[in-house]
Amino acid sequence: MNQLLYHLPVLQVVIPLLAAPACVVIRQRHLVWLWATVVTWACLAMSIGLLMRVYPTGGAITYEIGGWVAPWGIVYHVDALTALVLVIVTGVGAVVMLYARQSVNDEIPAERHHLFYAAFLLCMTGLLGITVTGDAFNVFVFLEISSLSSYVLIALGRGRRALTASFRYLVMGTIGGTFILIGIGLMYMQTGTLNMADLAARLPAVNDTRTIRAAFAFFTVGVSVKLALFPLHVWLPNAYTYAPSVITSFVAATATKVSVYVLVRFTFIIFGAEFAFTDMKLDVVLLALAIAAMFIGSLVAIYQTNVKRLLAYSSLAQIGYMVLGISLTNVNGLTGSIVHLFNHAMMKGGLFMVMGCVMLRIGSVHLRDMAGLGKRMPWTMAAFVVGGLNLIGVPLTSGFVSKWYLVLGALDRGWWPIAVLILLSSLLAVVYVWRVIEVVYFRDPPEDAPTERCEAPLMMLVMTWLLLGASIVFGVWAQIPAGVSKAAAQMLLGVTP
Amino acid sequence: MKHHIIVRVISKFLIPFMFLFALYVQFHGDFGPGGGFQAGVIFASAIALYTLVWGLDRAEQAFKPRLIEILIATGVMIYGGTGLLCLFAGGHLLEYRALVEPGHPQHGEHLGIGLVEFGVGITVTAVLTGIFFAFVRRGRT
Repeated sequence: MNQLLYHLPVLQVVIPLLAAPACVVIRQRHLVWLWATVVTWACLAMSIGLLMRVYPTGGAITYEIGGWVAPWGIVYHVDALTALVLVIVTGVGAVVMLYARQSVNDEIPAERHHLFYAAFLLCMTGLLGITVTGDAFNVFVFLEISSLSSYVLIALGRGRRALTASFRYLVMGTIGGTFILIGIGLMYMQTGTLNMADLAARLPAVNDTRTIRAAFAFFTVGVSVKLALFPLHVWLPNAYTYAPSVITSFVAATATKVSVYVLVRFTFIIFGAEFAFTDMKLDVVLLALAIAAMFIGSLVAIYQTNVKRLLAYSSLAQIGYMVLGISLTNVNGLTGSIVHLFNHAMMKGGLFMVMGCVMLRIGSVHLRDMAGLGKRMPWTMAAFVVGGLNLIGVPLTSGFVSKWYLVLGALDRGWWPIAVLILLSSLLAVVYVWRVIEVVYFRDPPEDAPTERCEAPLMMLVMTWLLLGASIVFGVWAQIPAGVSKAAAQMLLGVTP
Repeated sequence: MKHHIIVRVISKFLIPFMFLFALYVQFHGDFGPGGGFQAGVIFASAIALYTLVWGLDRAEQAFKPRLIEILIATGVMIYGGTGLLCLFAGGHLLEYRALVEPGHPQHGEHLGIGLVEFGVGITVTAVLTGIFFAFVRRGRT
């Protein structure tokens, strides 16, 4: 048992990786679902185990693959930040898997179920691998694993527009991936190493070269494509809108979060805050783009009639908050950013799961078809309200906790206009959430529409509420996520608590 | 293309040697140039040649789509399974020298790399064949 605990960092990645081909062999669709569910819950247990080993005491863990010591071999590295992101990915994955059965039965052709679950597990493997690895090139490899499988998963959506959405994501994602690879290649050229810790030690000596500046630029732009930072977000709305409901929940809740994590790790740990923010002025760039994302994302969301697309644009705005926290470069701002990774995963995952329930029952997520749905699906729509309150950041919800830290961070830096802008953009969230609530609760359904109750299946409802309920629980008892995030932020900034 | 007698005879003559050469590249991989990926490509190209000459239907009799699917998965599992085997033998993941009794690390490395390359070979063969079949099938349905 102890032996297995020691190997947790690598098992976290290898188990879903090997479970994916097993799905293809099992093939029988109910068994495959059961298998994928068991695996994702096991992964969740492992990530919680890892979190408990590194937080609040314990410190970082490193694991050498093949017994080859760094910097020659590939090492896996787990600290508080890593463990938190692992919990986000596996937690959403586990909840989504229990939710998935009915939704997938409805949306995906039966003969493709085994491939769907295999791709899902591969996507999760990729995201977990990016998070846990301590090797820069490994980041790229896992990024490709997760991206390729998510292109497949998005393309499985109903309707042909899923294919174009997926193809557009493929083109943008590949460009982003290539930029990241060029960045890593240039770093390797200048330092001769790919190990993250070793890179961090060697880079300061060669910081002042054009190669490293170019590497930094390529890398940042590449990651920004992956995390859909404002002007590079064009792949996101369609991909989220036309993907199968299950995949939208999973990808929206995890993929961009992991990219934000990569950005944080590379800028603060590898390139170093001084180089990234003092020499290269990344904070100014990120600040401007984050604020643009917050406002433009929310404004565009207000005018959407497809609720999935509305939520996708809202994601764009929420990514703005995360990036804003990074650009503040102080403990409170960064804590806000990291805790928002966690909180936004719960709220947006939950909200997209609500839309999955609606899709299952009425076959559409257009506002015009959702009129009066509050009477027909009371529990589902109540979940939407809870998620909406989270997006706005009402006190006692987890959205409030993130914004609280962001505002504190802005004030710490003496940038009070930024604090005002955060509050103003929250008001825009009120508008787009209210638009949905108004249609759902206060508008009469068309005359010929059915009026009988059509609540979502129990399992889907329970899982939706589990995620959104958690976002309330962690909004009231914010010590756990905020504590881990603060520890992570202090680690990143090199501040001793 | 089976009405071209030269193509038919030559391919019939060549295909067994292509398979043999693939196996040579596969098992020679840990001593010289080669390995699972190259062997898989050669193996798949032999299958592709067979398909070009005799048509997809006959090729699919030998390599059924379901079989290809399973082979793709099997190769990955052999690779990962080797890694886990090392872990259960008391080493780290993919630490091959844990596979044999202590004192002979080279033997362990040899065995581990051989198994891993075998997995790579299977998956590469199956994936390339699968892609090739998918392209050939496109025009027909």
